[in-house]
Amino acid sequence: MKLHARARALAAAWALAAVLTACGSDADGDGERAAAGTDEVTTASTAQGGTRAAAPDAAIEGTVTVFAAASLTDAFEEVAAAFEAGNREVTVELSFASSSTLREQILAGAPADVFASANQSNVEELVEAGAATGAADFVENELQIVVPAGNPGAVKGLADLADDDLLVGLCAQEVPCGQLGREALAKAGVTPSIDTDEPDVRSLLTKVGAGELDVGLVYRTDVLAAGEAVEGIDLAPDQEVTTTYPITTLTDGGNPEAGAAFVAFVLSARGQEILASYGFDPP
Amino acid sequence: MRGRTPWVVVPLAAVGVAYVALPFAALLQRAPWTSLLDEVRRPVVTDALQLSVTTALAATAFSLVIGIPLAWVLARTSIPGRSSVRALVTLPMVLPPVVGGAALLFAFGRRGLLGGPVYDTTGLLLPFSAWGVVAANTFVAMPFLVLTVESGLRAADTRYEDAAATLGASRWTIFRRVTVPNAAPSIITGALLCWARALGEFGATVTFAGNLQGRTQTMPLAVFLALESDRDAAIALSLVLIAVSLAVLVPLRDRWLAG
Repeated sequence: MKLHARARALAAAWALAAVLTACGSDADGDGERAAAGTDEVTTASTAQGGTRAAAPDAAIEGTVTVFAAASLTDAFEEVAAAFEAGNREVTVELSFASSSTLREQILAGAPADVFASANQSNVEELVEAGAATGAADFVENELQIVVPAGNPGAVKGLADLADDDLLVGLCAQEVPCGQLGREALAKAGVTPSIDTDEPDVRSLLTKVGAGELDVGLVYRTDVLAAGEAVEGIDLAPDQEVTTTYPITTLTDGGNPEAGAAFVAFVLSARGQEILASYGFDPP
Repeated sequence: MRGRTPWVVVPLAAVGVAYVALPFAALLQRAPWTSLLDEVRRPVVTDALQLSVTTALAATAFSLVIGIPLAWVLARTSIPGRSSVRALVTLPMVLPPVVGGAALLFAFGRRGLLGGPVYDTTGLLLPFSAWGVVAANTFVAMPFLVLTVESGLRAADTRYEDAAATLGASRWTIFRRVTVPNAAPSIITGALLCWARALGEFGATVTFAGNLQGRTQTMPLAVFLALESDRDAAIALSLVLIAVSLAVLVPLRDRWLAG
């Protein structure tokens, strides 16, 4: 199984992971909770997915540039390969970074056709600025407790994050996974004894995977991606927090037809199947 | 000398100045001048500034203690493998700081080569503490001191040391009373460079020491996180960092001009 090989490679190449993290990617899936204000951008989703998926073989060609949240890295590489396999005249160029970094690049005129964000507010901002036209939610992700393999801190649940003797890491509250983590802790009524507020989810994951932290809060897909170096512990049902990722075409893109086709493919059954294999839930 | 200026140099130098000045001008242009004072007074800023200044000072102190002898060995001895040692010592300058931070974690972390046994026997832990910030700063910034002092020692006239030796001074006395004072300009320059580099350190610090306000969150870390959420605050923080750095770099420049 592909996932497995990838997981092993990741565990072995811890240093590489650290390097990748460093490149400023906020990898964190940036996800903000599916807040009430996100409804308006989600309504277009089903319609768009339905109509465009119906015509995947329309004569599209050239290059389609896709900006995607870093947390989508592995999944979108496979999605893009599958899309290219079905549209031989099209080349997908992927650019991964934190959603907020990508948003800034798009606003500064970067020539992208598609933007897949790990949080709603970035897309909302683009829609307001007229840079994006209608967005569709395409996956959901949820928070999980992550511990090093073997769970040396004997962590059982969120309450353990208050333990002074454990080395506890969260995402910084400036980044969405940090906000989400604090939301879960608030739900559980736990005041965490934090040792580090990591700037993004992957750097948190890296430190947990290396055993330098006893426990952290990250996305479930990140736990999967980290493979055997870490273990994930589900939150209790009443503490669960989730986030929804929107995808949108961009008005200044050079290849709108191919961009729309790519969005449709992501929303199609095949695209959803690939995303599910990386641990993402349907929205 | 003025009459001999090779004129082609002037426009190129002007390009150089403009290239560095423009981003700073852009930063100033974006600065939230009206709320600057309020931004700068927030605890997150004062905590980070205090931590940055003190950890950079501590890192400079460590670098002086270890770095001057190291520079002396590189400049004055012919130990085998000296050039390899020099290459090794300057490695942190070319290494991406984040890789340096990861390497520090592998060495001094709780499961590290040295940090593991130390933690198991004493419970002492360098990462996620202010000392971890100092360790990361020292690792990244010390080469600037070592290289500067080494070239200073190479340029120095060794006859003073010879004279001291013929007058009966011990080797340690010569090092302390003749060599180091003679190299003082390069030591001061090196220390300032080292401090400035430590002050701006980001990658190794965040990777090795983590990020917690008041404990390990230095100015660069605070700026980086502020950029994610509040650009005005990030620019205000940057301006403070620039002001502090300039206060150090301007005397440094004067020293170079004087020398």
